[in-house]
Amino acid sequence: MLILGLIVAAFLGPIFVWWKSEKPSLPRYGIASAAAVFGAAVTPIGMGQCAFAEETSGVDHLLAWALMAGGAWLALIVTQSVFDRRDGKRTGGGGVAGEIRTGGYRMGWWVPWLLLSPTLIILAVFLYTPAIQTFTLSSKLTRLGAPRSKDVCFGNFSELLITDPVRLVAYPLLAIGFIYAARLWVKRSTPDTWSRRGADVTSVVAMLSAFVAFYAMFSAGGAGQVAYRPVYLNTVIISVGIVVFGMVGGLGIAYLAFRQIKGGGVYRTLLIWPYAISPAVAGLLFFMIFDPTAGIFTYTMENWFGIDVPNYRESAILAQMAIILASSWKIIGYNILFYLAGLQTVSVDQVEASLIDGASARQRFTKIVLPALSPITFFLLVTNLTYAFFEVYGTIDFMTKGAPAGKTSVAIYEIIRVGVNNGDLGRGAAQSVLLFLAVIGVTLWQFRTSGERVSYGGS
Amino acid sequence: MNGLSPGVRRKTFFRGRRWPYHIGLTITALIIAFPLLYAMLVATQTNAETYSFQFTPGSAFWSNLNAVWVKRDFAGAMMNSLQQAVLVTTGKTILSLLAGLAFVYFKFRGKWIVFGLVLITLMMPTEVMILAMFRLVGGFGWQDTMAALVVPFLASATGAFLFRQHFANMPTELLEASQIDGASPVQFLRKVLIPLSWNVIAALFVIQFVYTWNMFLWPSLIIRDESKQVVQAALQTLTNIDGSLNFGPLMLAAVLASLPPGLVFILMQKPFMSGFAIGQDK
Repeated sequence: MLILGLIVAAFLGPIFVWWKSEKPSLPRYGIASAAAVFGAAVTPIGMGQCAFAEETSGVDHLLAWALMAGGAWLALIVTQSVFDRRDGKRTGGGGVAGEIRTGGYRMGWWVPWLLLSPTLIILAVFLYTPAIQTFTLSSKLTRLGAPRSKDVCFGNFSELLITDPVRLVAYPLLAIGFIYAARLWVKRSTPDTWSRRGADVTSVVAMLSAFVAFYAMFSAGGAGQVAYRPVYLNTVIISVGIVVFGMVGGLGIAYLAFRQIKGGGVYRTLLIWPYAISPAVAGLLFFMIFDPTAGIFTYTMENWFGIDVPNYRESAILAQMAIILASSWKIIGYNILFYLAGLQTVSVDQVEASLIDGASARQRFTKIVLPALSPITFFLLVTNLTYAFFEVYGTIDFMTKGAPAGKTSVAIYEIIRVGVNNGDLGRGAAQSVLLFLAVIGVTLWQFRTSGERVSYGGS
Repeated sequence: MNGLSPGVRRKTFFRGRRWPYHIGLTITALIIAFPLLYAMLVATQTNAETYSFQFTPGSAFWSNLNAVWVKRDFAGAMMNSLQQAVLVTTGKTILSLLAGLAFVYFKFRGKWIVFGLVLITLMMPTEVMILAMFRLVGGFGWQDTMAALVVPFLASATGAFLFRQHFANMPTELLEASQIDGASPVQFLRKVLIPLSWNVIAALFVIQFVYTWNMFLWPSLIIRDESKQVVQAALQTLTNIDGSLNFGPLMLAAVLASLPPGLVFILMQKPFMSGFAIGQDK
């Protein structure tokens, strides 16, 4: 099996170069072929070819193939970017480095390395090492603090997925096909026709189908399986809720606040300060507000409006809404800050022209303001998503601790529950790898769509 | 992006009456402030006053303060957090300045690979590798030490890029002049670059201070000794005061824990925003 895969990779390498490169040549075909074989071989050989052993299932084989394909693809991307550099062509990631001014000091070669060494050492020890260890741990069955461990190959992953390899391949392919078809339709149709509107709606539905495909790929539980579907669903609901609430609210408030009025600076400060509040404190404040007996929310609902509010920690929907509310309250200051900055860049000329044309306030907003803000919106989408993936841990830990019945246990919360509280390091690491892939996906999507962008995340 | 200073080119933007905006903004600001205001109110009350929904300041502010600040040594936790935040922020700034200097003013083999390696770390949040890091740092024997709270967070890709971008936009004459004077790279950094970078340093300081102060997951894993704990994780232990859930002291602690980052953010708003504008200026 391994040999077959490597032979396929050896052929795919040159094809990739022929497809991507402007100046393909014979040595480059050779290099690409070798790179693809190397990339494909690294993981299976590193793992001792365990996935192709006798007792493994179809899903294990599938994961092994996917890993080989991913390795080969990564090696080819790197090779190609080296070729492009040689040709003096700047692309995506390479271009970022290419922008550095080559300048200045003529000193010993070791001086810049000395300046960079503290940063590089810290990154190597506390970022790259645990990152690699996360991957190695994910193929093991090992307990926290116990020296012994057992290799389980892809076992920690395949128990999170459905057991049928055919469906596991079919779902993502269907979603990808759907997305491409919708894109094609958008390209073919002319703007401002019903066909284009239909195409736009279809492409949104197609994007949503990717979420459904992932849902269908995760295991719903069963013998020897881990029910990861609920965790995935909780993560999607809570993340999307936080991003939508936080960003729509942030834009609305910023649109109200950016006008030049007396005391504008004071208002701005009063609107953006929750940025400085920690997710843990946000959780604590809303824990108080929503408390079923002492909380003011329940009290006002019952005494002023006569609405009987059930205990939010016992209702899945209410608990998720409470988490979303607390988290978006905390992130909204950050969003207002950036939208206020973005609104300064809206072209005054365009707005004046639209006033002369007699455009309504709504048209002005959707046709001029929103498009001008789209780079900021995109940037915020990624930072908000990162926040919703990770920082939400503190909020959840104070408000619900994953209750009721794990309905507010999102991916990061589940990782800690499995890996630390249950001490099951290997399984926790496998879930970490999944989350890692999600983050890499989101970040690559950001890089592709927007080129270079400085991140203001945390670290 | 053209700075954030309000109202530079907005003379005729949106006309009309002003008072609806004042009202709208006041109400919005109140809604946003409500959770904190309510927590401040509860912080002065006894549990009985909280449960009876008394909307005036309660009688227990000093005893609540005594309960958290003295009895549970919240002051100690605040000191631990302050120490952590100052160490991390200072260390990160220095390391980022050095990295920015190396990236912009030096030419060396393999620069783009190093740059790529630093760039990729933007995709690697600590949280996704927290289990491995817990094992690794625990293996160093760093449980319950300040080192575990500081050292892993000293390097910053964000900071290195911010300074790289800022330095790259400076005129080349600066370097030439300092080279004629015979200044070393570190002197050049200290005498020329840093005085011209205060805005970026301030922006980075605010981001990193707030980020470090608000850290919750990592300290709650690696620090088990209550006297070594930082504020965010210490709050978790305060959900149990005298054997039960006491809202007053708990809310008081939450408000106290928010004061330092809040003050840093509000006091340093101006340089923070202009630093942001530099970072955004592609």
